[in-house]
Formats: sequence, C-alpha cells, structure tokens
Amino acid sequence: MNQLVYDFIKQNQDYILTEWMDIMKESTDERLIKVVSDRMFTQTSSEFIDMIITHVDSKNREFTLKLSDFAEKVVQLGWPLTFVNEGLHKFTLIVINGMVEKGIVTPGNQVELVNHLDKWSTPINNEIVNIYTQTWERTVSLQKIALQELSAPLIPVLEGITVMPLIGTIDTERAKQIMENLLTGVVKHRSEVVLIDITGVPVVDTMVAHHIIQAAEAVRLVGAKCILCGIRPEIAQTIVNLGINLNEVITKNTLKKGIEVALELTSRKIVKVEG
Amino acid sequence: MEFQSCVKIINEWDIVAARQLGRNVAKELGFGTIDQARITTAISELARNIYLYAGQGSVSIEKLNINGKSGLKIIAEDQGPGIEDIRRVMEDGYTTSGGLGAGLPGAKRLMDDFDIESIPGEGTKIVATKWLR
Repeated sequence: MNQLVYDFIKQNQDYILTEWMDIMKESTDERLIKVVSDRMFTQTSSEFIDMIITHVDSKNREFTLKLSDFAEKVVQLGWPLTFVNEGLHKFTLIVINGMVEKGIVTPGNQVELVNHLDKWSTPINNEIVNIYTQTWERTVSLQKIALQELSAPLIPVLEGITVMPLIGTIDTERAKQIMENLLTGVVKHRSEVVLIDITGVPVVDTMVAHHIIQAAEAVRLVGAKCILCGIRPEIAQTIVNLGINLNEVITKNTLKKGIEVALELTSRKIVKVEG
Repeated sequence: MEFQSCVKIINEWDIVAARQLGRNVAKELGFGTIDQARITTAISELARNIYLYAGQGSVSIEKLNINGKSGLKIIAEDQGPGIEDIRRVMEDGYTTSGGLGAGLPGAKRLMDDFDIESIPGEGTKIVATKWLR
C-alpha cells in the first residue's frame, strides 16, 4: 500500500465512514432500504468499511477470512451484490476526492495514485464476487438437496396400504423419482394398495397426468392397486377439458375416502370399539 | 393491449415461472379459481411444447380490455422446427414425443380463442385468449 493513501485512510477513518454511508443511502434504491433496518444498515456499513480498512494494513489471508464472513452475513441479509460492489467503488472515490481536497494529490502523482488505488481495489472486488457466488451456490445446492429429500416420500399407514403425498410442481426429474420410490416402496412394504395424493400439486397438465397414468400402470404391474386422491374441483375440470382419460385409475376426491376404499379392497373396515 | 410481460423458456423451471406469471395476472383480472386453473394449465402446455420441441422460446401474457370486456392473452412464440401438419397436431391423441397427445387440443379447449401459426423450419406462434365473464 502506498504510504500516502494508507496514511490518509487511517487518519480519516470516521470521515470516510460517514461520507460513505450518506452517499450509499442516497444512491441505493428503495428495495434495499426496505430489507434492512436503519440500525442494521449503520452497523453493517461500518463493518464493511472497517473490513476494507483492515485490508489496508493486514495480511491477505486474514482479510479473506473476514471477507468470507462478511459476504455470508450480507447474503443472509439479502443485500444485492451490486450494492456491495458499488460500495467498494464509492469508497475509492471518496478516498480520491478526499485526498484531492486535502491537497495530497498533486498533478505529478495523480495518475500513479489512481492506478495504485485501482490495483488495490480490483482484487477485493473479485474476491467479493467470488465469495458471493460461492455462498449463493452453496445455498442453492443445499436447498436442492433439501427439496429432493421432501420430493416423493412413501408412507406406510396400515398393513398393505401406503400413501404418497405429492406437494408442489412435478418436473421430469421428480416424476422419475416418484416412479422409483413408488415401485421400490410397494415391494418393500408389501403394499396391496398405494394412494397417490395430489392435493398439493398446483397444476395438473398432460405431462403430470401422463406420469400419474404411467405410475399407476407400473404399480399394477408389480401387483398392487393404485388410487389417485386429492383431486380438487378445478383440477377435475381441467383434466376433463384436456381430454385426459383417467378411467384406468381409481380416483377419489379426498385421502380419507381413498383410505376407506383401500380398506375395502383389502377386506377390512374401521370399527368403533364399544365401551 | 395495456400490459405485457414475458417469460423466456429455456429450461424446465421456466415453465413454472410462465404459469406463475399467468396465474398472477389472471388473479389480478378477477378470474375465478377454475378459470385460473384453466389458464395456468394452458400456459403449462404451451410452454412445455416450446421446451420439448423448439428448445427455447418465450411466453408473453397480456391483459386485454376491448369494448369493456377484459381478458387475458397468452402468446407463445418460438423459432423451432415448426409444425408440418397443423390439423394433425390439433387431433386428440396425436403425439410425436410419446406423450398423451392432448396438449394442443386440450389447451384449445381450456381457452376461448385459439390461433396457431407455424412455418416449418421457421417457428411457431400460438395466441390464445380467455375472456372474463
């Protein structure tokens, strides 16, 4: 770090912080202000500036550690990356302008100083983008795994009767998983009847219907019966409009009715105990 | 035409984005739950066709207000291989991808107006409208 720049930043830490916060507040859009409370903004801002200033006099590795901590925090807060980038840019601007005002910058060393600051801030910038994307990627992949775990559970409810509740959008990937879990589950639990509940599926288009028909057919092939339940009135209407033939599958409008039918199919019924 | 928004269809999840948009606009216009389901399903079919056959394209949703009648217009466009025989694809049960073959004729039944233009080798444009009753 150039001694002139270093001294200036060190001496004017407070000035830079207040100036920076004013500029950032002015230039940021409404979106951010809504996300972050005033206190949080001030606190995180001073942390950000603090961090940049530590970078001025600390070792690179220590800085990277601090930066990744900060980036994670900012991602959690939901600050946009552009804001942090903009922040760094504004920081260098404030330093240059401040130095011009104080007369530290002379026509002789101007170019050198600007180049120097640029060289200093570019790696920080890259590091921020890098850590930011890494944090995001990790979050996304974690969520993907979490979603996969939720995607097609098969629950044995009574002997010979299993339920697969489906919630959310069904895409090709999930349809494959549904089929797999259904078939392995039917064999594993020795199910006679499998209930597929689609109460939580927002849209049943021809692809989803096709997958359901295929799943029901496959279940039939392994020797069990398939009941489709949870068909909401609007879904029933769209299925009719689409002209999809679900005659091969037993359908019921609620899971409760489905289980009743499943009990019937396995020659059992629920009896109230007297006494 | 006073309002338009567009979703690019590039991967499978864009289909979900397109129908989410359609559902929101339908809700804003005051469509009932059954018509909302019809509109979203139609968008799902059209967007999936783009994804399956053309690879990529776009789905736009427009709010209509003509002579005091409001409605929702779906425009599905792509620069894919186009459709050779439009009459056949509008037949129930005709499919080239091993599906149910109900997508296009079904979407037509789900909507009030349905218009399809296609030039083999250049692309396809489907415009479908649902009027608010």
